[in-house]
Amino acid sequence: MKKFARHAIFYVGLVAVWALLAKLKIWPPYVFPTPWGVLEALVAGFKDHSFWIAIAISMKRMLLGYALSVFLGMILGLGVASNKFLEETMGGLLVSLQSLPSICWLPLAVLWFGLTEKAILFVVVMGSLLSVTIAMETGRHQIPKIYKMAGRNLGARRFRLFWHVLLPASLPYIVSGLKQGWAFAWRSLISGEMIFVSLGLGQLLMMGRDLNDMSLVIAVMILIIAIGYIVDGLVFKTIERHLQQKWGLSPAT
Amino acid sequence: MTLNPATQSVFSDHRSPARGGTTRWKSGAGPAVLPLPAASSTPKVSLKDISLTYKGNNGSRLLALDSINLQVKTGEFLCIVGPSGCGKSTLLHLIAGLQQPSHGHVLVDDKLVDGPGTDRILIFQELGLFPWLTVAQNVEFGMKMNHVPKPERQEKIRYYLRLVHLSQFQNNYIHQLSGGMRQRVALARALATEPDVLLMDEPFAALDAQTRDLLHDELERIWAETGRTIIFVTHNVREAVRLGDRVAVFTFRPGRVKREYDIDLPRPRHLEDVTVAKSAREILDDLREEINRSLEAEYGFEVRP
Ligand SMILES: Nc1ncnc2c1ncn2[C@@H]1O[C@H](COP(=O)(O)OP(=O)(O)OP(=O)(O)O)[C@@H](O)[C@H]1O
Ligand SMILES: [Mg+2]
Repeated sequence: MKKFARHAIFYVGLVAVWALLAKLKIWPPYVFPTPWGVLEALVAGFKDHSFWIAIAISMKRMLLGYALSVFLGMILGLGVASNKFLEETMGGLLVSLQSLPSICWLPLAVLWFGLTEKAILFVVVMGSLLSVTIAMETGRHQIPKIYKMAGRNLGARRFRLFWHVLLPASLPYIVSGLKQGWAFAWRSLISGEMIFVSLGLGQLLMMGRDLNDMSLVIAVMILIIAIGYIVDGLVFKTIERHLQQKWGLSPAT
Repeated sequence: MTLNPATQSVFSDHRSPARGGTTRWKSGAGPAVLPLPAASSTPKVSLKDISLTYKGNNGSRLLALDSINLQVKTGEFLCIVGPSGCGKSTLLHLIAGLQQPSHGHVLVDDKLVDGPGTDRILIFQELGLFPWLTVAQNVEFGMKMNHVPKPERQEKIRYYLRLVHLSQFQNNYIHQLSGGMRQRVALARALATEPDVLLMDEPFAALDAQTRDLLHDELERIWAETGRTIIFVTHNVREAVRLGDRVAVFTFRPGRVKREYDIDLPRPRHLEDVTVAKSAREILDDLREEINRSLEAEYGFEVRP
């Protein structure tokens, strides 16, 4: 509760400073919106369903793209980890590719797929695929050797060794990769939607700009942060807590 | 009695009066009912001229084991003692088939070992329990991998957990257990697979004296009842004499068999027996030389006894 109180005080203070600055009217409202203006924009957005629709569309793309990249990333990661040659060559390439902001794939995606859903999906997949792949690969290497030895010693071979020993042993790494992948996918999706107009939260943000409606812009930004935070805080934190408390597992970071 | 030129049978005369009751022990005056036909001529485990070199990543080489020749009979309890770093764990890994020797070979039942097999189960020094499984699931693991039917698995889990006094913790996860409890889980997990050869790497190092004594008794009983072959590594010479039919002393770097002692003390033995203490002292004198060499190598000075 104490922690909650500290957070409450901080955010109340933050909004108070914001309100004060807005009240002083140093900048015009289309440059510096008021807290109540943003609140109004939020309420209005949900009331006329435009926020709901944008969230639904963005989440649909997100889930599709993320699921695809998790699936591909796991296969790719395991493939790379299974072979010394691939690991050395491809592993290096993957790490260097990760330094490329995924929005850089958009021009390529548009040329390949046109202005379609596929192009947006492609950008989302490229955003999180590498995180998942790299996490799978490092997971396979970071797991203490003793688990593999113990598994082999007790008669686990090939697929059963993988399924019953290697996979659970690398779970902490996989989860942190999935988490990072989600965060990257979310960023990629929003940037994609901003550039390549076709509904969704990113487009709503650009609409706010076009209408000179700073309150709307801030409202949508808050929405984007909130969704990212909720998924991270609810889904991934819960899984991580579960791993730590129940199994005593944590990735050696 | 003397099988090997290095074998020195020194304890044949230390017979204490038998403790009564038991008839299955191998030595002593009573009717010696052996758990298995003793006449089996081929050894259960045979190490032929084993050497192993570790290669460091900076090109350095370490000869961990050097021309090891050892034979372990079916149903024999062999204890290995030696200073830290002399290659005891490495040797058990070789027998378990988790590592391959640089030279020589390991034979089990006259067949070349070229990988792990469930006829040989190793209790790792680091235990290697699976943190994502409960105590019961850990014990079940080997049986599950070997397609033991479920009802039988449940029964064995119950039996072996009771044996190591962990029935109440069957649903706990490993990180919730103490070090000694973890060692007992590892023991139960290995015993539950019921291997011919049990390889134990300092399995009782973290136990309190009472639990260790109990487990010594249980291990000895299981060994006598099932006729398993046990190779048991320990730092504790007294423990080696308490349990072993034979004790092999290893040298430090490279690991070689320095000497083998046949322990002809009647069973059941006890850690506090004078005869056990006396035999242990003699072996310890032999071992101390190697321990000093190891300390010298580690710390650059010599420790006088
Ligand atoms: N994977 C490895 N790579 C390189 N050297 C190793 C490796 N494993 C062990 N060694 C070296 O081999 C020697 C023997 O190691 P080993 O673990 O078999 O000793 P040990 O007799 O079991 O020691 P302890 O009683 O302390 O457990 C040691 O000097 C160690 O430094
Ligand atoms: Mg060791």
